[in-house]
Amino acid sequence: MDAYTSSELISIFAMQGFSGISLFSVLLLMALGLAIIFGQMGVINMAHGEFMTVGAYTTYFMATLTETYFPAFMPYYFVFAIVVAFIVAGILGYLAEFALIRHLYKRPLDTLLATWGLSLIMQQSFRSLFGAREVSPTLPEWLLGSYQPTETIYIPINGMFVLGLTAVVTLGVYYLMFKSRWGLRVRATTQNRVMSGAVGINTKKVDRYTFALGCGIAGIAGAAFTTIASTGPTTGTLYIVDTFMVVVFGGAASLFGTIASAFSIAQAQSILEFFISGSMAKVYTLLALVVILMFKPEGLFASKVRR
Amino acid sequence: MSFVYEKIMGGKKGLTGFIILATLILIIFPLFLDAFRLNLVGKYLTYAFVAVSLVLLWGYGGILSLGQGIFFGLGGYAMAMFLKLEASSPENTTIQSTPGIPDFMDWNQLTELPWFWEPFTSFTFTILAVLIVPAAFAYIIGSAMFKRRVGGVYFAIITQVIAVILTVLIVGQQGVTGGINGITDLRTLHGWDITSDSAKNIFYFINCGLLLTVILASRFILTSKFGRILLAIRDKEDRVRFSGYDVANFKIFIFCFAAMISAIGGAMFTLQVGFMSPSFVGIVPSIEMVIFAAVGGRMSLIGAVYGTLLINYGKSAFSESFPEMWLFLIGGLFIAVVMLFPNGLAGLWNDYGHHITNKFVFISKAFSKLVPQSLLKKVEDAR
Repeated sequence: MDAYTSSELISIFAMQGFSGISLFSVLLLMALGLAIIFGQMGVINMAHGEFMTVGAYTTYFMATLTETYFPAFMPYYFVFAIVVAFIVAGILGYLAEFALIRHLYKRPLDTLLATWGLSLIMQQSFRSLFGAREVSPTLPEWLLGSYQPTETIYIPINGMFVLGLTAVVTLGVYYLMFKSRWGLRVRATTQNRVMSGAVGINTKKVDRYTFALGCGIAGIAGAAFTTIASTGPTTGTLYIVDTFMVVVFGGAASLFGTIASAFSIAQAQSILEFFISGSMAKVYTLLALVVILMFKPEGLFASKVRR
Repeated sequence: MSFVYEKIMGGKKGLTGFIILATLILIIFPLFLDAFRLNLVGKYLTYAFVAVSLVLLWGYGGILSLGQGIFFGLGGYAMAMFLKLEASSPENTTIQSTPGIPDFMDWNQLTELPWFWEPFTSFTFTILAVLIVPAAFAYIIGSAMFKRRVGGVYFAIITQVIAVILTVLIVGQQGVTGGINGITDLRTLHGWDITSDSAKNIFYFINCGLLLTVILASRFILTSKFGRILLAIRDKEDRVRFSGYDVANFKIFIFCFAAMISAIGGAMFTLQVGFMSPSFVGIVPSIEMVIFAAVGGRMSLIGAVYGTLLINYGKSAFSESFPEMWLFLIGGLFIAVVMLFPNGLAGLWNDYGHHITNKFVFISKAFSKLVPQSLLKKVEDAR
C-alpha cells in the first residue's frame, strides 16, 4: 500500500466506497425481503434471487416497450418500471406462497429444497422467454454520467439514484412494519403465531402478504440492479448467497441489523477488491463472516428474546 | 452370525434389498452395458456415496448439509493432486520452463511446487488425506456449529457459504489449483494406465465394493444404539439433551462420518473419470446430491443409490434430447418430492410395493380358483 499517497488513498476509498454503495443498495433491497420472510416464517426462500431477476426482466421489458411505442416517454419510464417490477414480483410471490410455501411452514428444511426447485424452473423460464444472452435496458439519459466533486473522485449518478431508491424503500418498509396496523399484525405473528391467531389475526393472510411484499421488494432490487449491471437468467443465483449472509449476519428480523450488515459486507468486499483480486476479496469477506457467525451464531443484532 | 444378519444386513428385508442392489451393480450392469455406459454408471455411483452420506446426515440426523460437495471435492482433489504429480514427472514435462511441476503451475509462472502439494507424492499420504482431511474439516465446522447449537436452516446456509468460498478459492487461485478447468490430464497410477477400458472396469468394481461396504457400515451405525439416539435427536433434540446426552458430539460424529464417505466418493470419481474440477464442489452440485437422496428416499440407504442412478440417467437422457426441459423437470421433481412423496422411491415402495406383490399373490390364487379342479387333476394324472 506504500505506492499510494494519502490523498490518493482517500480518493480510492471514496470511489470504491461509492461503488460499494451500489452493491450495498442491491444487497439491502434483496435482504429486506428475505429478512422479513425469514424473520416471520422461519422459511428461507432460495428462489429469492429469481424474484429479483423477475424485477430486472420486467424493467427490461418496460424499456423495450417504451422505446418501441412511446419514445417520448423514455425519460420517465424508469419510475413506472420500478412500480411494475414490484407488482409483478409481488404477484408471483403471492402465487408461490399460495401454491407451495404455505404447505411447508412446518418443515423449513424442505422449503429450502422446494424453493430451490422453484428457482430452477424460473431460471429456465427466463431462458425460454428472454434467451440465454444477458440483456440490459436502455436507461434514461439522466441516470448516466457521473458527478465530480474533486479532481480525482467520480461519483456515478446511477449509484446515487439507487441509493436514494433504497432509502425510500427502507423507510417505506420501516413505516409499514413499525407504524401501521398491518405491521403490528406482522410483528405479532412473528413473536407468537398461536397467540396472534387467538386474538383474531388471520395469520395465514398475514403470511401470504408478507411473502408477497418480500418478493415485491426483491423485484424493486431487480429494477435497481439493471442500472448497474446486465441481467441474465442466472443473475439471481450470483447474489443469493451474499443475501443470505446479510440476513444471517445482521440477525434475522432486525431492520437495523440488516442495514448495518448489508453495508459492512458490501463495503468490505468493494474496498478489498481494489487491493486484492475480486475473488480473494469475496473469499476473505465470506470467511470473515463465517468465522464471526461461529462465535455469534445469532447474528450481530439479534433480538434478545429466547425462543 | 445373528449379529451380522440383524445389525449389518438389517434383517430379512434389508438383506433382500442389499442383494438385489449388489446383483444389479455387480452382475447385471457389467453384463449388459458397454464400456462407455458402464463407466458412466461408475461415475454416477461415486455420487451415490454422497447420497448415502446425506441419508445418514439428513434423513436420520435431521441435519441438512447443502455443502456435501465440499467433501466430495476435497477427496477428489486429494486424489487428483497425487495423480497429477505422477503425470508431471520431470521426464513428461521437459517442454515446460520448470520441468517436474504440474502444467497449469508452469502456465501461471510458478517455479516450484507449493508446500501443500509436496506430501501428495506419497500414495499412502494421499489415501490418508482423502479420509482424514475432509473429516477433520467437518470436525472443525461441526464443532463450531453444533456446540453453539446452530442447526436447521442456519447450518444449511453456512455449509452452502463454505461451498461457495471453496469454489471461489479454487477458481481464483488457478496457479496452485488448476482454476476453473480443475486438475486434468491424469494418466497413471503407479505406472498403471488408468485411462484404459480395463482400468476403468477395475475401478468400477472397486467402486461398487466400496459403496456396498459403506452401505453396510452405515447400516451398522444406524441399527446401533448410536443410530437410535441420532433419530431421537432429529425428532426431539431438547428432550435428548435433557436426558443427559451431549447432542453436539453425536451430530459432529455423524457429520464427520458423512464427510468421509463423501470424500471416498470424490476420490473414486477422480479415478473413474480422470479429472476433478470446481464444478463438483459448489452449491449446485451439492444441492443436486440432496435431491438424489430425496428421490431415492431420505430414510433409505439403498434407495439413495437408486435415486442417484435414476436422476443421472434421466439427466443424461434428457440433456441429449431436450436440454431445455431438464431444468423444468428437475425443478418440478424438487417440489414434488418434498410436497407429495417426502420419503422418495423407498417410501413409495414401502407404501405400495407390498400391495403389488400381494396383488400378484392374489391374482395367482384367483387364477388357480378359476381353473376347474378336474382340469388340474387331469394335468397331474398326465404327469
